[in-house]
Amino acid sequence: MSSSTLVQLVLLTPLVGAGLILACGKRPNVREMVTLLTGVTLFSLVVSLLPAVMAGERPTFTWFEMFPGLPIAFTLEPLGMLFALVASGLWIVTSIYAIGYMRAHHEEHQTRFYTSFALSIFGAMGIALAGNMLTLFLFYEILTLSTYPLVSHHGTEGAMKGARTYLSVLLSTSVGLLLLAVAWTWVMAGTLDFTEGGILAGKVEGPMVLVLLALYAFGTGKAALMPFHRWLPAAMVAPTPVSALLHAVAVVKAGVFTVMKVVVYIFGLDFLSASGANVWLMYAAGITIILASFVALAQDNLKRRLAYSTVSQLSYIVLGAALANSWGVVGGSMHIAMHAFGKITLFFCAGAIYLATHKTEISDMRGLGRTMPITMFAFLIGALSVIGVPPLGGSWSKWYLALGAVDAGQWVFVTILMVSSLLNIAYLIPIPIRGFFSSGPDSVPRAPIKEAPLFCVIALSLTAIGCIALFFFADGVYQLLLPLAGG
Amino acid sequence: MIKQNLLALQIVIPLIAAPLCILLRRRALVWGFAVLVCWLTFGISVVLLRQVLETGLVSYEMGGWAAPWGIEYRADPLSAFVLLFVSGIGAIVLSSAGLKDTALDEIPVSRQYLFFTLYLLCLTGLLGITITGDLFNVFVFLEISALSSYGLIGLGGRRQALPAAFQYLVMGTIGATFILIGIGLMYMMTGTLNMADMAERLVMADGGRTALVAFGFLTVGIGIKMALFPLHIWLPNAYAYAPSLVTAFLAATATKVSVYILLRFVFSVFGVTFAFETLGLGGVLMFLSLLGIFVASTVAIFQTNIKRMLAYSSVAQIGYMVLGISFASTTGLVAGIVHLFNHALIKGGLFMAMGCVMLRLKSVDIEDMAGIGRKMPFTMAAWAVGGLGLIGIPATAGFISKWYLIRAALEQNWWIVAVMVLISSLLAVIYVWRVIETAFFKEPSARAREAREAPLSMLLPTWVLVGATLFFGVMTSTSAGVAGRAAEVLLRVIP
Amino acid sequence: MDNVFGLYNYWVVIFLMMTGFYIVISQRNLIKKVIGLNIFQTSVFLLYITIGKVEGGTAPIVSEGFNVYTNPLPSVLILTAIVVGVATTSVALALIVRIREAYETIEEDEILAQEKLT
Repeated sequence: MSSSTLVQLVLLTPLVGAGLILACGKRPNVREMVTLLTGVTLFSLVVSLLPAVMAGERPTFTWFEMFPGLPIAFTLEPLGMLFALVASGLWIVTSIYAIGYMRAHHEEHQTRFYTSFALSIFGAMGIALAGNMLTLFLFYEILTLSTYPLVSHHGTEGAMKGARTYLSVLLSTSVGLLLLAVAWTWVMAGTLDFTEGGILAGKVEGPMVLVLLALYAFGTGKAALMPFHRWLPAAMVAPTPVSALLHAVAVVKAGVFTVMKVVVYIFGLDFLSASGANVWLMYAAGITIILASFVALAQDNLKRRLAYSTVSQLSYIVLGAALANSWGVVGGSMHIAMHAFGKITLFFCAGAIYLATHKTEISDMRGLGRTMPITMFAFLIGALSVIGVPPLGGSWSKWYLALGAVDAGQWVFVTILMVSSLLNIAYLIPIPIRGFFSSGPDSVPRAPIKEAPLFCVIALSLTAIGCIALFFFADGVYQLLLPLAGG
Repeated sequence: MIKQNLLALQIVIPLIAAPLCILLRRRALVWGFAVLVCWLTFGISVVLLRQVLETGLVSYEMGGWAAPWGIEYRADPLSAFVLLFVSGIGAIVLSSAGLKDTALDEIPVSRQYLFFTLYLLCLTGLLGITITGDLFNVFVFLEISALSSYGLIGLGGRRQALPAAFQYLVMGTIGATFILIGIGLMYMMTGTLNMADMAERLVMADGGRTALVAFGFLTVGIGIKMALFPLHIWLPNAYAYAPSLVTAFLAATATKVSVYILLRFVFSVFGVTFAFETLGLGGVLMFLSLLGIFVASTVAIFQTNIKRMLAYSSVAQIGYMVLGISFASTTGLVAGIVHLFNHALIKGGLFMAMGCVMLRLKSVDIEDMAGIGRKMPFTMAAWAVGGLGLIGIPATAGFISKWYLIRAALEQNWWIVAVMVLISSLLAVIYVWRVIETAFFKEPSARAREAREAPLSMLLPTWVLVGATLFFGVMTSTSAGVAGRAAEVLLRVIP
Repeated sequence: MDNVFGLYNYWVVIFLMMTGFYIVISQRNLIKKVIGLNIFQTSVFLLYITIGKVEGGTAPIVSEGFNVYTNPLPSVLILTAIVVGVATTSVALALIVRIREAYETIEEDEILAQEKLT
């Protein structure tokens, strides 16, 4: 089967899966099987494309021409490969988790949930595989729309409000800023294809470069650059499986992925660093990193703390892109994978805690380690990965990012990286520490605490192991990403 | 012989069929007959469009009298395009009138055959405006379509339809009379009523004050007809209280044909140079259209009657079309013309969906629409897609128009305009999402609880239009392609 | 004929046009609005017909001994326009009858008050 066909199949699988899930709505077990099967199929398809991409192939496929000279086209290259792997792989794990969570919680509208999930993965795959900016924009919007039913799932006043914030911030940025950037690029450069070395060199100059970069960076609301980050904490009203996959993996990573792609393939690393516009982006990212960490410190609600932590971590990746040198880009892209595994573990644990104890506030979670040891230990692993401690995967990405900052002569940002690591420790470590070493005070639970449902525990254990495994497989990731760094 | 007389048949068939409907009283008979006629008319327009795309301009002399003394019918890419979607939507909407349990039931049984008569007459009028090459003929057909639409609106079940129709009548007649004055002044100057002939003679006569006055009267008159802000006052009530089928048909066609008249007059008769450079029409149109877009979108947000909300949305969308035209560049004209088509599909689909809602809920108030997403999933799914089209989400036809519009603005370095277009899309998000949230995520209202899905006879045409919105959102070679041809023809005309 | 007074036909047209327009806008009674509309339309008819007159021309029927004829076209156009005007008036009056049935009044402000229409 040719790579081009495989690419088509990768796109079609989640779409077809969504349809099948919708059709099997009346029989939950069949429906769950379909979800898992679709996930496994998708992942295997994506993995089967890996050798080709590593060998330097760039499988392409064109659907149709939306505008003369602007087709909806797909091209698979290393960065997209990485994102596709992460998203499709973690979809399987999240589906396992979701099955446990949704059933234990007796959630309603489960068919709508699983269908929207599949459609969101369709959107994510489209973004990963996009061959030009128009295609990426199309699937970016599909992702926004398909995740709306997931965020508003509970249907309560609070959920609707949160979903409204989610939608308005994302649509305002994408329609108001990103579309402008895309149209402008088309008018200036005559093409929107992702090309090595970028398409803007010689077409745009001076302050225009900065304006365009700002439009792209802030227009990609999913990358949660402040002040367009409000949607992330607002989206925490969603059930935890949603927070886990979408806001640790698919939606947010789609955002930073877009930024990275734009920097590497639309602007081009050389053009961007020569223009000096990227320094401003570095500062925007740096401010977000620090500010978000401080806000995270102040949160007592676990999911909200994790949300702000995500905002901060996303800007690591944006910083990597903004550094516009090979270490920075590689480090940032690697962080897509590392952070995904780390954060998803943390969110899985948060959901497991809620399921088992109905606790959402950190101050209530003392001594939980005694009754939920697996969960708390997984939380510790995830936290260490996010902080960037060996032997967890996150250490590699932080290392490369720091190297990138040094290489660019941006010592300020080396400092920022170090300070933020300290802040990470401050807002993450107390939770497992208190969980294991504090005694549960007067918080006497009604029912005997036990571990979360089996499916959930399996899921979070898998991702925790993944964090550790990524440390050892980091070189593989590095090799995959090398072509990005180019010259 | 049929091929030669195609242009004439395009008008004659619905014209003759209209009074015949009065003879057929039974619903099944008259509906079947009228639908047949409409589809036949559509077929003719398809053949015509293909002919025009292959061979260029097609011309026909009525009664054998040669132009410029006789009345000439002309089809160029623009008119053929407009003919296509006007007759197409006319056919699709009428098909949903069906045999029983459809939106037609909003009209009392004793008057249903009159509905078909007026409908066909209105269709004739709209087609006639598009196809004729004679200025006075435009006025005549304009009044034919206008008078029949006053009647159609007045057929509405609720009594508010009557003052709405009357207000429309007064304003519409003033508008048409202004157009008549304009035509008269131009006849005075050039001595001819044939558009092509007049274009040549205007150049030689070097307009002057009379041309200016004529142009002014024409623009204001056409502005009233197409609901250009601030001459749009008649539209919200007329669309809100008319029977659903009427609204679906008129919203998708009547104002678009008026935009067509504007295009014809400004580009084919007066010429780009006179209109845009000498008179600075571009600036005026741009200002009014942007104002209209923002004001209308904002007012739409606060409406509780959803048909009224969609009507204000239409005023805003007309603003987009006029904005595209005001650029007077190829891309701008393509944007305006393709939006004629795209919006016709989107609004047609939306109002058809509202017809389904009206049928089942007996109300179009947003409070009553709470929670019907579960009971009427296909209807509301259609509404959602149409709503996304209004916002301009990629993969819908609305995005295509927005893209061309922004491109046109950026090509001329008018940043502010591009940004304003984008901001106004966000206003659309607000009023569209209000409905989607209410329909899908709120608790069902009393009426919603008893509702069931709309009948297939109504769902099918709705989904044809919605499906077309999606289709032409991705496959644009026909719509944008023909629009491109039309734009070139318009801009090439002397001088 | 070219001076201000010579253009008296246009003055009449303008006067009637403005009168008619004013009546349409200012009167509350629907029938009076229709009358205003009619006056407005009549002014346009006059505009067309009067411009058709050719100085020294006779009625546009081909006869021996006459070379200059008045332009027949505007008159013909206005015949059509008059028919349109009559049709409009009849539709308007029919609507007014129905409004009377539904609202028991044909004063615009009272109708608006009943409906709070904008």
